[in-house]
Amino acid sequence: MKYVDEYRDRSKAEILLREIEALAAGIQRPQDRPIQIMEVCGGHTHSIFRYGIEGMLPQSIELVHGPGCPVCVLPMGRVDDCVAIAERPEVIFTTFGDAMRVPGSRKSLLQAKADGADVRMVYSPMDALDLARRHPAREVVFFGIGFETTMPSTALTVLQAEREGIENFSVFCNHITIVPTIKAILDSPDLRLDGFLGPGHVSMVIGTAPYEFIARFYKKPMVVAGFEPLDVLQSIWMVLKQIKEGRCEIENQYARIVPASGNGQALRAVARVYELREFFEWRGLGSIDHSGVKMRAAYARFDAERKFAVPNVRIADPKSCQCGEVLKGVIKPWQCKVFGTACTPESPLGALMVSSEGACAAYYQYGGRTHRQNDGAIEAGAA
Amino acid sequence: MNIVPFISRRTRGRVHVPTVTLAHGGGGKAMKDLIDDVFVEAFDNPLLAPLHDQARLDLNALARHGDRLAFTTDSFVIDPLVFPGGDIGKLAVCGTINDLAVGGAVPLYLSCAVIVEEGMPIDLLRRIARSMAATAREAGVTIVTGDTKVVNKGACDKMFITTTGIGAIRADIDLAAHDARPGDAVLVNGLLGDHGAAVLSARGDLALESPIVSDCVALHGLVAALLAAAPNTRFVRDPTRGGVATVLNEIAEAAQVSIEIDEAATPIRDEVRGFCEILGLDPLYLANEGKIVAIVPPVQSQAALAAMLAHPLGVKASIIGRVASGEPGRVTMRTVFGGSRIVDMLVGEQLPRIC
Repeated sequence: MKYVDEYRDRSKAEILLREIEALAAGIQRPQDRPIQIMEVCGGHTHSIFRYGIEGMLPQSIELVHGPGCPVCVLPMGRVDDCVAIAERPEVIFTTFGDAMRVPGSRKSLLQAKADGADVRMVYSPMDALDLARRHPAREVVFFGIGFETTMPSTALTVLQAEREGIENFSVFCNHITIVPTIKAILDSPDLRLDGFLGPGHVSMVIGTAPYEFIARFYKKPMVVAGFEPLDVLQSIWMVLKQIKEGRCEIENQYARIVPASGNGQALRAVARVYELREFFEWRGLGSIDHSGVKMRAAYARFDAERKFAVPNVRIADPKSCQCGEVLKGVIKPWQCKVFGTACTPESPLGALMVSSEGACAAYYQYGGRTHRQNDGAIEAGAA
Repeated sequence: MNIVPFISRRTRGRVHVPTVTLAHGGGGKAMKDLIDDVFVEAFDNPLLAPLHDQARLDLNALARHGDRLAFTTDSFVIDPLVFPGGDIGKLAVCGTINDLAVGGAVPLYLSCAVIVEEGMPIDLLRRIARSMAATAREAGVTIVTGDTKVVNKGACDKMFITTTGIGAIRADIDLAAHDARPGDAVLVNGLLGDHGAAVLSARGDLALESPIVSDCVALHGLVAALLAAAPNTRFVRDPTRGGVATVLNEIAEAAQVSIEIDEAATPIRDEVRGFCEILGLDPLYLANEGKIVAIVPPVQSQAALAAMLAHPLGVKASIIGRVASGEPGRVTMRTVFGGSRIVDMLVGEQLPRIC
């Protein structure tokens, strides 16, 4: 397949892997401590598992699967709000597919649908707007979720609804922003990360400049990475090269898609419709200042949060759940107390078990189940 | 068999309205008209024609085909009813034939029970019945009995079909998943995921135009050719819902073996790959309606492959992997990129990813 297969070329991968091994071997580090690189974005986590990249890397490199799965980090209270809106008889609640299974404190959207709520899977907010046009007597609510990647499409849909004067359409806005989240991770006292793979699709919208503080103030290298397996390998190689050469820079491996200045048109639409929230609650990470957006007062009539009185109750993460530590790379998924026992993809306790992009679900599905048994051996080998 | 078709002694009813109404399920003349005009008209055969409450089958005739009866049932609910490469009728006939065929049975008779939502256009119903009849005829299978119910609007999604099939298994054939042994070859007869991708794109809510056509077809001829060429074949299964990934997991679990497949050897057409790339789906989990997975001992694997390649339904056949003695129940795939990953069972259905 054109434009895809060339990024999955095995012989090129072998060359890169040899270079990665040589670089990693030349990086000074304490014996028992691997080089930890966090991929911020869930799309990278997905590629890493889908192509078996983790197993191809030398043992001295550990990939930490970051918070960039918007479905995973949604707190239970917000899912409860979704369900409350969806259960209103006048509402058609529309959502991306993988948000259907996220557990709330009472039920998921999938369960709400089974109980009679009109929940429909859509592929774009424009599809939701089209439903609103076709069902003028119903209230169509779109579940706005995702980082800066999906934010512009929701904003543009709201602007389109405004232009057409469609009054029965609204967005339940749960969009989140990546930069404050990376900052929160960098500020955490137990941080051990040596570098980052930066999110590719978010950066296509916001550009690379917003990450400069990571290099300047936190002295960590970051490479904005594409999603094909060769992209991921090349980006890991670039991070290692920075570490080896003692550089801390924001580099762009995904230049074929990501312009340094981002996408101006998308950013303008986002700025017009949204403003920062004071704080937003994350599953596993707690409340992070300025990490979410809400709709500006001028668009209040398209804001489901204002239109329908949502319960807006904060529900604490389950006590046994260690998603936060996994997200920060302090422990690996299989080291969590409930991984694969109380928490499985069938009945996820923690957010990371929910979406296929969640680190725990990915481990569970693509090879994590035996890690627990092998854990001793791996640790012993590294020591 | 000595059943005199008394169809000749009565006139067939005709439906004169454009859509099915509850009257067509009421047991009276309207129902008789519907059955005559749509189903008897399409399925016409001497076993069905007397319209007894049961089909009467000659046991001696059955016994000529084998020493065991194969008996299976399956319900078909699909949206849309008509899709590129088939319709619910063709699917209902092929699906049940294939469930018989993968057990090594010669498929012989089918029943057909239909639940129709009021408001269904008669022309569409007729088209589907004719499609069932044509598919069965081509496969050499007879639809010998049936039932029709009409339900209120909203009580079913346009139309559901349940087909039950009877076949006979030759004495020397005994296929079982638990017989898979390390070293056995894993074969498929062609491109994977076509049916799932065709139906998803035909639903229209993706706004994706694709040239992908369902692979829906009856497979008993292909299975017979395979078993003739590789008589020690251990097991055959049609990877429908849940796709090849699910079937391989079931085999690995049943036989307490591991299975290793090679992504590079797994035949998937570019259109299906592209479709899956866009939606974040994995083609290994997409449904097939014209494919088999066969487990064949190593000494007969080349003969099995050659037999498939020589059959019109196996021109893209491939040995996609091997049974191994790794962790029991585990299926892994060597990726085109050189890595290895686990191919697990899905929890629910595949949901498209956000971004």
